[in-house]
Amino acid sequence: MSDYRVIGKARRRVDARAKVTGQTRFADDLSFPRMLHCKLLRSPHPHALLRQVDVTRALRAPGVVAALTGKDFSIRYGILPVSQDEEPLCRDKVRMTGDPIATVIATTEEEAYAALELIDVEYELLPVIATPLEALQCDEPRIHDYGDRGNVHKSVALEFGDVDAALAAPAHLFDDLFFYEGNTHLAIEQHASVALLEPDGRLALYSSTQTPHYVHRALSRALDLAPHRIRVVATPNGGGFGGKTDPFHHEIVVAKAALLTGRPVKICLTREEVFQCHRGRHPVMMRMRTSVDDDGFIKAVDLETLLDGGAYGSYGVASTFYTGALQTVTYRIPRYRFRGCRTFTNKPPCGPKRGHGTPQPRFAQEVQLDKIAVALGKDPADLRLQQLIEPHSLTANWLQIGSVGLRECIERVIDRSGWRSKWQKMPHGRGAGLACSSYLCGAALPIYWNDMPHSGVQLKIDRSGLITVFCGATEVGQGSDDVLAGIVAEVLGVEPYDIRLVTGDTDLTPVDLGSYSSRVTLMAGNAAIQAAERAKALIAGAVSAKLGIPEERLVFAESRVFDAADPAQGLAFRDAVIIAETIQGSIGTVGSYKPPAAAARFKGGGVGPSPSYSYTTAVAEVEVDAGTGWLRVEKIWIAHDIGRALNPTLARGQVEGSVYMGLGEALSEEQAMRRLPPRLSHALVHKTPSMLDYKSPTALDMPEVFVDLIEQAEANGPFGAKEVGQGPLLPIAPAIANAVFDAVGVRVDEVPITPEKILRALKASGRRAGPQQFPSIAWPQAVYVPPPWEGGDGRAATKAEEALQS
Amino acid sequence: MDKVRLALRVNGEPVDLAIAPNRTLLEVLREDLALTGTKHGCELGECGACAVLLDTRPVLSCLVLALECEGADVVTVEGLAQDARLDPLQEAFSDCGATQCGYCTPGFLITAKALLDERPQATRAEIAEALSGNLCRCTGYIQIFEAVEQAARRISDE
Amino acid sequence: MMRAGRFRYHVASTVADAAAALADGGPHARLLAGGTDLIPNMKRRQDTPDLLVSLRHVGELRGISVNGETAIHAGTSLDDIVKSAAIRAVHPALHRAASQIASPLIRNTATLGGNLCVDTRCNYYNQTFEWRKSIGFCLRGPVPDGICWVAPSGRRCWATASSDSAPALIALGARLTLLSREGERDIPLEELYADDGACPLTKRADEIVTSIRIPSRVVRSTYWKLRRRGSIDFPALGVAAAIRPGPHGVIEDARIVLGAVASHPLLVPESQLLIGRTLTDNVIEEFAEGAARHARPLDNTDFAMTWRKSVARSFLSGALRELRGDDPSTFPLLARETALRNGWRFE
Repeated sequence: MSDYRVIGKARRRVDARAKVTGQTRFADDLSFPRMLHCKLLRSPHPHALLRQVDVTRALRAPGVVAALTGKDFSIRYGILPVSQDEEPLCRDKVRMTGDPIATVIATTEEEAYAALELIDVEYELLPVIATPLEALQCDEPRIHDYGDRGNVHKSVALEFGDVDAALAAPAHLFDDLFFYEGNTHLAIEQHASVALLEPDGRLALYSSTQTPHYVHRALSRALDLAPHRIRVVATPNGGGFGGKTDPFHHEIVVAKAALLTGRPVKICLTREEVFQCHRGRHPVMMRMRTSVDDDGFIKAVDLETLLDGGAYGSYGVASTFYTGALQTVTYRIPRYRFRGCRTFTNKPPCGPKRGHGTPQPRFAQEVQLDKIAVALGKDPADLRLQQLIEPHSLTANWLQIGSVGLRECIERVIDRSGWRSKWQKMPHGRGAGLACSSYLCGAALPIYWNDMPHSGVQLKIDRSGLITVFCGATEVGQGSDDVLAGIVAEVLGVEPYDIRLVTGDTDLTPVDLGSYSSRVTLMAGNAAIQAAERAKALIAGAVSAKLGIPEERLVFAESRVFDAADPAQGLAFRDAVIIAETIQGSIGTVGSYKPPAAAARFKGGGVGPSPSYSYTTAVAEVEVDAGTGWLRVEKIWIAHDIGRALNPTLARGQVEGSVYMGLGEALSEEQAMRRLPPRLSHALVHKTPSMLDYKSPTALDMPEVFVDLIEQAEANGPFGAKEVGQGPLLPIAPAIANAVFDAVGVRVDEVPITPEKILRALKASGRRAGPQQFPSIAWPQAVYVPPPWEGGDGRAATKAEEALQS
Repeated sequence: MDKVRLALRVNGEPVDLAIAPNRTLLEVLREDLALTGTKHGCELGECGACAVLLDTRPVLSCLVLALECEGADVVTVEGLAQDARLDPLQEAFSDCGATQCGYCTPGFLITAKALLDERPQATRAEIAEALSGNLCRCTGYIQIFEAVEQAARRISDE
Repeated sequence: MMRAGRFRYHVASTVADAAAALADGGPHARLLAGGTDLIPNMKRRQDTPDLLVSLRHVGELRGISVNGETAIHAGTSLDDIVKSAAIRAVHPALHRAASQIASPLIRNTATLGGNLCVDTRCNYYNQTFEWRKSIGFCLRGPVPDGICWVAPSGRRCWATASSDSAPALIALGARLTLLSREGERDIPLEELYADDGACPLTKRADEIVTSIRIPSRVVRSTYWKLRRRGSIDFPALGVAAAIRPGPHGVIEDARIVLGAVASHPLLVPESQLLIGRTLTDNVIEEFAEGAARHARPLDNTDFAMTWRKSVARSFLSGALRELRGDDPSTFPLLARETALRNGWRFE
């Protein structure tokens, strides 16, 4: 398929040795002389005013060096410019159980913990908003003093073509309700940070963050310190999955403590605190109405979503848009309306988890398509195949589609799984289900508005022959270091293992926006290609001059630079660099990447555009025990349109890992809260804040997984590559739900799909378990945008204007 | 609550120190001996990240008081390689993609080491059973299973 | 990092030494065997002992002998029990229970005595100090006048008995020996348990479980465990069954025990009614229906309580069908998985 030497070859990742020998330094592995330890006092109450926070007694406790309260901070922060609603330590009010109130800094963690009990806090309890329904019904007390109204954080409405008209007289209208429960990332590494003063007096923060650049900005803001006086180093993350993409209170608190004490200060959260940091999957209630013609072609889709946002904004505004943004990128949808509402509740804040905002509506759409197929007597695979989105087309909501390997994904999994002989053909109790999905390869817009590159790479090459790659991208386990090394090695013809990587360090590396939204391979990868090509040109020019071989004939391969016409004529890469350094002076190059401009030009159109979209199809085979509802997922076949697999070993690992995480969400994982009898208690606490009770599947719970990578080069991707870290999670839950229906004829329109729910559905007259009604929401006037095929230009119009024109 | 003398062997070398009785083996390895290769994800025996070999058995160092290890032999991930030569499991984990973020990896390596020492021909089912107390959120375990199988082949080929 | 509070530490050299240290230590002294239950409880401040008496170097507390009667010293690790070919052959219920306790890593340190004395569990109690503070703690303290959040109107603790080995050993008719400075006593295992979540054991604080003995009657036995995942989890339901079939399949003795559905392992009284009968479908279903009535799962562990109760009946009947000799591979999914699950698969 290609004559690449590194790209596309299965090989060990460049950071493997460090990881298997225990030499990788995660944040909590760092230790510095005179280091102090920090513990946070957190609110036991879900909603309360702080009347007094007194650390006097704590300051007298053994080993205690300092103690801070909300009064020591004056500036709020938050990941999105529109939601600067977090405080490093709460000043006047706590909004959730676990909100940080005060901190103790001591010579040991044990002493810091002991002193927390000596902090005196007076609370004035406030009524608790525990669910989105309560948030919609109770404007008071307001959890925040901003937002659309009351406890509605954000409600949005977008309409692409006249959906009501399309729904008015459909051949078939499907109107379904779905609920997707929240769940959390559960990275095995608990968040940890160490702050210290560099020898020159500047602040440094080492932290388990996926987004050092955004933490850098947040620290600068919250501490009112010039950004060039701050260094943020993202330590390798022991798993992220989106859980370490916000700037966190503990990062700001230890930074402040280091500035105050002049000593290194470390914090490592407990598992329960990590559950409270959360930022995981939003619980989303959905109503999806879809009209189809007699042949099952979609005419219009109308989607409403209600998100339980928790106590803070986090990425929530983006999450809200994401519950509607990507419904259009898999199948041709002529008209589409999306209305989404995010509420504040007194719970740990939700944010971005693998698939950010999209697994929930994807579940709804793929399960509903299955219902449509069954109702119309069509094979669900065929129903999808007949209306796949066209490559290089625009969607109803103005997303520019690039390459689409979805047809190949579907064909591959139905072939490999024996779908045609399984679906509706297995004995009662056994079933097969199919679902598709798509995901971004990086958001086209940054978190804060600017026109600068999204990713930058610098290369330093010197006479030793060593290439050093500097990039702000952060290794969270996904293999971003390996992507960078592989790409540079391919371009410059060296071994990936001979490349030194310096990543995720705001002092040393050019900005990369971070490891989120599946952006790193595409964006940092393209930046790396540019930097490496520039270095190659420098070296080639020098070698050409020296050896008299035309530049265009020079090949960089096998750690040599040689004449394509006569491979014997050439020299070692190191010698080539010596020549180049002699002629050109010191060698350094840069590369950067900025996504193409989006076609959408309406308000709210900033969420969804991406340089490219990946596609996935999965088939699940299950067995269901009709007596108890017990469910066993036997096998998963999954094909993922990756464009090109830069390192197939890692690509397969991302797919399998996504299947795993999707399986947990589908079957057993819940970030749910427990409310005690209100007449007796005000409490609202996490139901399962431990790795024992939060049911992450074990090695004995994995089904067989068969992975296929579909490789059709994407023009915008480095060497044609698209994302693989998130998309493959999306089809798992709906494929399982559809398989349960195939097995025993009941619909579980709700995630997780537990035996209790299956049994309930089996006993219910409607043969269904799931939400019964979607609450009435006062939606704002929809931003009306004619879809491309109805004459729009990507801008909003009013329906009236549109009527006039037609 | 005075400190108590503790003598044991860690990765083959004698260690002698004085610690408070409430310190776990995990804490002493990481904080007193700077052997930070042993990780922690819960400190309650629920995740497997802190597994070490205690007299050849894999145990959760977060649940073992350091003083309980008086006279014992402890092996951590740092002690798996023979001099500069990686253990076959370390090689196989590298080649098979069995390490992604790498955080659970030391615990898996230790558990798998004990398994292969006891059962060089372990089947896939035995591997899954043996590793079922180690949680991994990245891989879905499959490449870990493959790595253990590959390591077993490497060992039998030697 | 979660850390245990401070305490004094005594290494016992003999059982007698341990008993003396325990007696001298008073109410806040605890035995440290495997530590896999005690240490997490200490880190969560559910327990704040001031003295730990370590049994690690008490060799006399370890070992298994199967010589007619089976004797297992209480300090024997669960892994040693799992790997005992004799136990597997003679007492399948114990083998299967032990092999499904927690995870392999925990079984390497956890002991049989420890699992028999494992603290009762409750979603409102097995939480960190901070979490429990959020709910104003519960009936188990540390503040007085706490409420049992499982049944707020009552005055008792409904925490769930969560040992896997206890139901199995009670079904097998095991007895156990308790030793203190005052001497030894020997009781049927079921008498170790009080039906009280907050104070689940009848043994005095200064008594040490030293050995477990299983009589050498020829019985068929099994243990069925319900849990969400294939490993790590405590039981959400346990059914242990042991029967002694006589000529023509007539049952000469039967002991069926329910675990994780009450504050103590529950020896089903109707077990006696099986004696003299054969395990026909009708007998099994009638028994299962009656026995399941004793299961009183509450909303304090994994799974919905009504669902657990419905599974209790199917487990009771499934376990008896397995003992009757039915082929488990023909069972419905959950029963099949449960019957075929044999924990550690080493042959």
